[in-house]
Amino acid sequence: MADSHGPLAHHFDSLEQQYESARLGMWTFLITEVMMFGGLFLGYVVYRTKYPDLFVAGSHHLDITLGAFNTVVLIVSSLTMAMAVHAAQEGRRARIIGYLWLTLLLGGTFLGVKVVEYSHKFHDHLIPGAHFQWHGAGDPVGPIQLFFGYYFLMTGLHAVHMIIGAGLLLWLIRLASKNRFSAEFFTPVEMVGLYWHFVDIVWIFLFPLLYLIGRHG
Amino acid sequence: MSEPAPATNYLNWNYSIRSWLLTTDHKRIGLLYLMGVTFFFAIGGLMASLFRMELATPAGNLVTADTYNKLFTLHGVVMIFFFLVPSVPGVLGNFVLPIMIGAKDVAFPRLNLASWYVYIIGGCITLYVAVTGGLDTGWTFYTPYSSTYANTKVITAALGVFITGFSSILTGLNFIVTTHKLRAPGMTWMRLPLFVWAIYATSLIMVLATPVLAITIALIAIERATGIGIFDPAIGGDPVLFQHMFWFYSHPAVYIMILPSMGVMSELIACFCRRRIFGYSFVAASSLAIAIIGFFVWGHHLFVSTQSPYAGMVFSFLSFLVAIPSAVKAFNWTATMYKSSVSWQTPMVYAMGFMGLFLIGGLTGLFLANLAVDIHLHDTYFVVAHFHYIMVGGALMGYLGGLHYWWPKITGKLYPEWWGKFSALTVFIGFNLTFMPQFVLGFMGMPRRYYSYPVEWQALNVLSSAGATILGVGYLIPMIYLIWSLKNGKPAPANPWGAKGLEWTTPSPPPMHNFEQTPIVTEEAYAYGNEGHGHG
Ligand SMILES: [Cu+2]
Repeated sequence: MADSHGPLAHHFDSLEQQYESARLGMWTFLITEVMMFGGLFLGYVVYRTKYPDLFVAGSHHLDITLGAFNTVVLIVSSLTMAMAVHAAQEGRRARIIGYLWLTLLLGGTFLGVKVVEYSHKFHDHLIPGAHFQWHGAGDPVGPIQLFFGYYFLMTGLHAVHMIIGAGLLLWLIRLASKNRFSAEFFTPVEMVGLYWHFVDIVWIFLFPLLYLIGRHG
Repeated sequence: MSEPAPATNYLNWNYSIRSWLLTTDHKRIGLLYLMGVTFFFAIGGLMASLFRMELATPAGNLVTADTYNKLFTLHGVVMIFFFLVPSVPGVLGNFVLPIMIGAKDVAFPRLNLASWYVYIIGGCITLYVAVTGGLDTGWTFYTPYSSTYANTKVITAALGVFITGFSSILTGLNFIVTTHKLRAPGMTWMRLPLFVWAIYATSLIMVLATPVLAITIALIAIERATGIGIFDPAIGGDPVLFQHMFWFYSHPAVYIMILPSMGVMSELIACFCRRRIFGYSFVAASSLAIAIIGFFVWGHHLFVSTQSPYAGMVFSFLSFLVAIPSAVKAFNWTATMYKSSVSWQTPMVYAMGFMGLFLIGGLTGLFLANLAVDIHLHDTYFVVAHFHYIMVGGALMGYLGGLHYWWPKITGKLYPEWWGKFSALTVFIGFNLTFMPQFVLGFMGMPRRYYSYPVEWQALNVLSSAGATILGVGYLIPMIYLIWSLKNGKPAPANPWGAKGLEWTTPSPPPMHNFEQTPIVTEEAYAYGNEGHGHG
């Protein structure tokens, strides 16, 4: 990756080699992310299979409107991120910065809505642990807590990734305003773009898994 | 044959502490790892010597039962996560892999330095755990004991392991990209030294398996901290789910530990037999086969858990299957040695130690992969002896062999050869004396992880403790003479062994960017054929 001595690091022969290395590195990193989220998805699937009715009952307590709104927000943010990468490839600084800010704004909106959702759950005593209360069918200290446990773990880990992504966007905005990117060198924008799309895709799986499956009307 | 070494090299261009702590040079980072893993090896070894002392008598009289539990737990945690996993990749891989493929550095040098710091931070957290209450869950962190009942520093210890996992992930990622993208002109995949193949396969495991460990260990910490009972049977959680997730990492982790040493073995045998490794492409492919099949055998750790017997049969079969690529390596090494003129330098003595010990470790693994036999041997000293033959007998012998082999390249100094052979033999004898009796003890039914035992088993335990003493001396000797050689060793020529491979074409110690000019590779690895027999 680039440092303050110009875009080509000393141990690469060409910008192309450096770009390809960064891309392979980023993809490899994303695979590790898939494995990490995979550990949570596995547990979710195991318990959902074991306690199907309770998991459906739990998902009725999630706010489908806010979830759907957030899904749209993230899809649009992927679009603006892609536009930022496109602008970077063309070396148009003002456009890069504009699209990055827009992406950041959408990411912030997502996180804001998530805070609202979490505070509702807190209000309804749906946070697993000593203060958990459950008025539906089934044992309140039973497996229903597993549903909310996984809800918070999965969306929480996703939110952490969003926050890191927001930090990366700010970093890119700073680099772009220092005019670091050009049609020859835009690797960081593209790499953060890959990361951002990945985090969006995780949500595309989380939304139906947590909010939608088993909810008929 | 070697021109005089240039005045500046990677060691002497700058002596400041700052130039070391902020270095992005893969060679210096290799040395940083060398210091880290040596330190943690000493800590882990100290714990082992304490509990081997305790086990010299049947009654528990040196330490309390609680202390004993903490000793074997931290011995395991330190040796696995802070010595074995980072040893060969972190030290030897970092130092020689880029040079072997003709690169100036790894693909992401700053990430490489970051991974060392991440490793050290994880290590410091673990040391903090050791001095402030310890950990008594066993290195396996089994639930629900770890998540609900243990009164020791589980959360902090989990944090240490979680953090150091990222060091492994970043190292693996770096090696994968380096091997794909930074090979010198002419260095095709089928010309790569087998060490590079082995590290590449290891890196695949590191990036695929370690994230699963990270999330699993994080779940334990979160469960303890917040009461979200993912593995808590009281609210319907499943403690065995933890075992599945844990071993999904921890069986492949065995290959993270042994594969790099197998790579070292190929280098040593080719060099000291003056032969191209017999069946090069099979040995290269067997590394990948081990990496892949290794992901599908974790269930052999759950034969006596709630796993269904049918799943057990499949895992048993797959566990037998994964022995095949290891056997391919062992047979091809033997075929390489067959009728060659072996020169018995220290690294080769270590390599032969590896062959003997790995063979025993591998074959006893087949006992344990067998469903019926495992019922009897599960959680006994047989298992302890088996995995020590693999991870200490195999992985550590390979590491020491490799360290001696590349020591002249790393430091520019030769170590005393007589002491080298003496230490290799001492380690071999001490190791067998320590762990051979444990096979017998385990077969007689002695369970692991207890601080006292019936008096009938004392003779074998005393043998084992005596062996551990010899083993400890065997490890101490190289530490002394290798450090001694830094100042007093004879200067090493560029190629003291007359070996093939790009790392031997550059001066010892190498210049800052490894090569004066980027090398162009025109021949296969281990092209010894045109040199005739004997020493080069
Ligand atoms: Cu295993």
